[in-house]
Parts: sequence; structure tokens; C-alpha cells
Amino acid sequence: MILSAVAVGLILVNLYTDWLNPVREQLGSVAAPFNWVTNVPTVISEWGQDTFVSRTELKAENDALQSEILIHRRKLQQMAALAAENVRLRQLLGSSDMLQDNVLVAELIGVSPDPMRHALVINKGRRDGVYMGQAVLDAFGLMGQVIEVNQGTARVLLITDASHALPVQVNRNGVRAVAEGSGDLNRLHLRHVSNTTDIRPGDVLVSSGLGQRFPVGYPVAEVERVVRDPGMPFATVIAKPKARLDRSRHLLLVFGNEEAGLD
Amino acid sequence: MIDLLRGHNRWMLLLPILLGLLLSVYPLPLELRWWRPAWVLLIVIYWLFTAPEDFSLTFVFGLGLVQDLITGSPLGQHSLGLVIVSYICLQSYQRVRNYARWQQALWVFVLVGISQVIGNWVYSMSGLTVSGMQFLYPALTSALLWPLMFRILEIFRTANRIS
Repeated sequence: MILSAVAVGLILVNLYTDWLNPVREQLGSVAAPFNWVTNVPTVISEWGQDTFVSRTELKAENDALQSEILIHRRKLQQMAALAAENVRLRQLLGSSDMLQDNVLVAELIGVSPDPMRHALVINKGRRDGVYMGQAVLDAFGLMGQVIEVNQGTARVLLITDASHALPVQVNRNGVRAVAEGSGDLNRLHLRHVSNTTDIRPGDVLVSSGLGQRFPVGYPVAEVERVVRDPGMPFATVIAKPKARLDRSRHLLLVFGNEEAGLD
Repeated sequence: MIDLLRGHNRWMLLLPILLGLLLSVYPLPLELRWWRPAWVLLIVIYWLFTAPEDFSLTFVFGLGLVQDLITGSPLGQHSLGLVIVSYICLQSYQRVRNYARWQQALWVFVLVGISQVIGNWVYSMSGLTVSGMQFLYPALTSALLWPLMFRILEIFRTANRIS
């Protein structure tokens, strides 16, 4: 009886305050060995794929990568000119310069076993300078933010978790909105979009940087469906995350120009 | 001598539990995530049926906290479920361990169901809503797994001469 009361107390403290966060950070390292062990089969299969691969396959992959790098190089040449132009125009407007973000590559070592919570465990922690609230990307878009930092690992909350929301902006016209997680890995909902807002399927949503948590301008999602029901106060907008939330194994941790001032 | 052996073998009780903790974080494909049996709870139920004198509710509570830390759920979610189910087990083990295996499986369904309902309650407090009866799937898989689980743990127990 007493123990269940203690447990209920703990749950309430944990849900409604952050007093237990330091405790979690200290004890969270307990989880690391479990994540390492469950990750072993993946590591072995990756090693197998790397080791037992024929020369022709390697050659083919190499060729594909070569042509990809060529395409990216071409884009980069344009980028340099565009970036310079952007800086000049920003100076003309008197607004502050865009800063280049530093990134750190992390590897996925575990996923939340709990189907209701969309979270990942990565192999970078306080040792590597990871901090609470840090934005996490993959090669395609924004994935989520760091919610727990341990010594050598960190837990990342995905943007589709039902308790997550982030400020976004339509890339085409700059309309701002808040994208909420739906608990479904392939869907985000946009909150409070009025029926007259110019937003349509195919629009790319990028992070707007409002809220000071996520860096500006990273692709978040693509609008999939807009339902305008005159009887409802707001339009229903459903978007599909750009990041491959359930497939990416290599993630990027973005270091903003300043650390998010979180406790 | 017998006491010495017993004292040594008590630590063997922890081995399946550690394995259960591993299985409870082992990554599963998305579609199967709801069907993951409640491994730790199943193993604890088995030990409570066969070696109730070696377990205290405090230990079970601590185990729940460890599971919470590993799975990243609010501290106490698994503890609460484990403690309540263990209490019921400790009250009823003398009766239930004489049941036929399939009857025990039904009982396991109810027990895991109770812990899932508690977990669901914690979900709804943290603002997550579960649609439908999905949260009872683990109870079903756990109950189906019970006879096999019982067999394996029975072999493990006799091999290591635990209680």
C-alpha cells in the first residue's frame, strides 16, 4: 500500500514538476548498457553488410556516390553565390546575418519501447557537449529535440510525439503556424490555421525559429491535406514529416550560436 | 552447505529478470510495438509463484524504477503496476500455482491487463490518449506466452536448484 502510494507520488512529481530531472540524469546511465546490448544485432548486421560485399557492388555504390557528389557540388557553387547575395541583401535591410550552424553526427542506438512515446536514444551525451533542448536533424529534415542528457547517451523526443509542438512557417509565403505531433509517425497537425489562410497541399513547412528552440529554416514537413469545413472555426491541416523518423540511423545534432537557456 | 548453495543461487533469480529488461527495450518493428509482451512482469509473476519468499515488494518497486529509467517513462509508472500486481500475486500464489497451465494463462491475462490499465492511466495523465483497446494487446501476448515461458523458467530453475 505504502509503496503504491510512493509510486503514485513519484509519477505525479515526475509529470508535473521537473524536480526529478537531476536524479534521472544521474541514474539514466543505467539504461546505456541495455541500449548497447540491444544494438549489438544491428551492429553485427551492418558489419556483415560492410565486410561481405562484392567488388562490383562496391564499385556500383562508388559510382552512384560520385555522381551524387557532383550534383551536390554544382548546387554548392550556386549556394556560395546565393549566400553572398543573401548576406548583402540582409545588410541592406539592416537585419542580422544568418549564422552557420555547427553539427555533430550521432548514431541511433535505441528506440523507445513504449508505443505511445516517440523517442530515440543516441550515442552522444554530455561528454560530447549535447545539451537539453538541442535540435536533432537527419539528412531530410528536422527530427526532434533532446529531452534527457546522460553521460554518453541522450534521449530525443520526436516531433510526432503527442506532447510535442514546434513553430513552423510555410516556405512559399511565410505563413506561421504551430505543428503538433499526433502520436502517429507520419502525421503532424497544424493548430489554429484559419479557414482563409493561404496554405495548400504540397507546401513545405520549415522551422521558423520562433520559440528560440529550433534553428531557422530547416524543413519540417510537407502539407498533405487541407480540409476547410465552414462549420469549424479552424481548417484541419495534416502534414507529413520530411525527416525519416522511423528509418534514419545517423542523425545530426545542431549546435546553435548560443545554448538554449534551459534548466 | 545447502544454505550456502541457496544463498548463491538466489542471485540466479536476477538473471531472467535482466534478460526480461533487455527484451523489454529490444527494438521492434512499428506494427508490432503494441504486441510486445510485458516480459519483466511475466518473469516477476513466475518468481512470485515459485519463490515468493525470495521477493519483497520493495525489490519489485526498485525493479520498476529501473525499468522506468531504461524505457524513459515517468518514474513510477512501471513500479506502480509491478507493485500492485505483485501484491495480488502474493495474496493468491498458493491457490493459483495449483491451477492448470491454461487457467494460469487466463490469470496472467488479468494481471498484465491490470498493469496495462495502470500504465494507461499514467498515459492519460501525461496527455497521451490511447485509442481503442490497443493497450490490452500486451496482456494477450503475455497470456499466450505464459505456458512456454513457464516451461523455460522451470528448466532454468531446476537446473540451478533455486528454491
